[in-house]
Amino acid sequence: MKKLLGFILTIGLGLLIIFALEGNALFDDFGYANLDDRVSSHYITKGSDVDIIFGETVDPESGPANIVTSIVVDYRSFDTLGEVTVLFISALGVSLLLGSAVTQKRLSLDFKPNFMLRVASRALFGIIIMTGVYVTLHGHLTPGGGFPGGTMIASAMLLLYLADDQFRAKIKGFKILEGVAGSLYVVIGLLGLVVGTYFLQNFLPNGTVGDLLSSGIIPIIYILIGLKVGSEISGVIDNFLTEEEKQ
Amino acid sequence: MTTIDYIMIVLSALLLVIAFLAVSEKKLIKSVIFLSAVSMLSVVAFVVMKAPDVALTEAVIGSGLVTALFVFTLLSIKKEEAK
Repeated sequence: MKKLLGFILTIGLGLLIIFALEGNALFDDFGYANLDDRVSSHYITKGSDVDIIFGETVDPESGPANIVTSIVVDYRSFDTLGEVTVLFISALGVSLLLGSAVTQKRLSLDFKPNFMLRVASRALFGIIIMTGVYVTLHGHLTPGGGFPGGTMIASAMLLLYLADDQFRAKIKGFKILEGVAGSLYVVIGLLGLVVGTYFLQNFLPNGTVGDLLSSGIIPIIYILIGLKVGSEISGVIDNFLTEEEKQ
Repeated sequence: MTTIDYIMIVLSALLLVIAFLAVSEKKLIKSVIFLSAVSMLSVVAFVVMKAPDVALTEAVIGSGLVTALFVFTLLSIKKEEAK
């Protein structure tokens, strides 16, 4: 009876949403929206009348070749600062709940990792870290960026925790790195305010679209975000994989 | 209809079925694995829909990190119960 009621309620809500969107004046049908009225069209053309060509266009309004990055870290960089803050607060909550005990020890695994597993995981660790660094560094050229790159670095730490029952990261260094990277993001934003006119302004030259050293402060910000996210999630993983030591 | 459309229909049906299984499964660990499968399939869906940025993030966070954290939480709970 309960299940049937839930089913009917779900179907009813689904139909309500479909009927509300059908013929709604606020939402145009697919393909009929006038894109010139939308702010997204400005982001895609980067505010210029001529086409942006990869490897040729010099000094456009926003440097990154990847449109998503040019929105996330250039046009909407302040939102990204908020996003990083949200992640920081959730990591803070985890460490308040799980990491407040004075003495902590590694969570012991049920199996004993053999020699092969330990060596192979060390080899794989380097490859995962390199992929994470690559994704972070090329965030303004290819898909990816600071958030996935940082998480890849953290998942390399997770691999070491899984494959070695003695491993424990030096978590204090991560906490310092996280704080420094987060503060530098704000400092760069304030520098934009001092040098230019608004918070997080891109005050360095944009260069050629598609070069590794292009688009001003965006690679710098993405490296900082990558470091911050990587160390933050490594801290969360460490909190999950340690437990209070019983006296 | 092109091939991509057929792929999307099969993918969406699979996503719905596995998402339902993840909710209705009684054992928590199986539920977590189904959740991971949903993430994996949605990565494919995102790539087909030409959103590689979202696909990359979903692959790393959804199917990698979150699954691992859930599994470790379940392990810790099991240890506490065994005491």
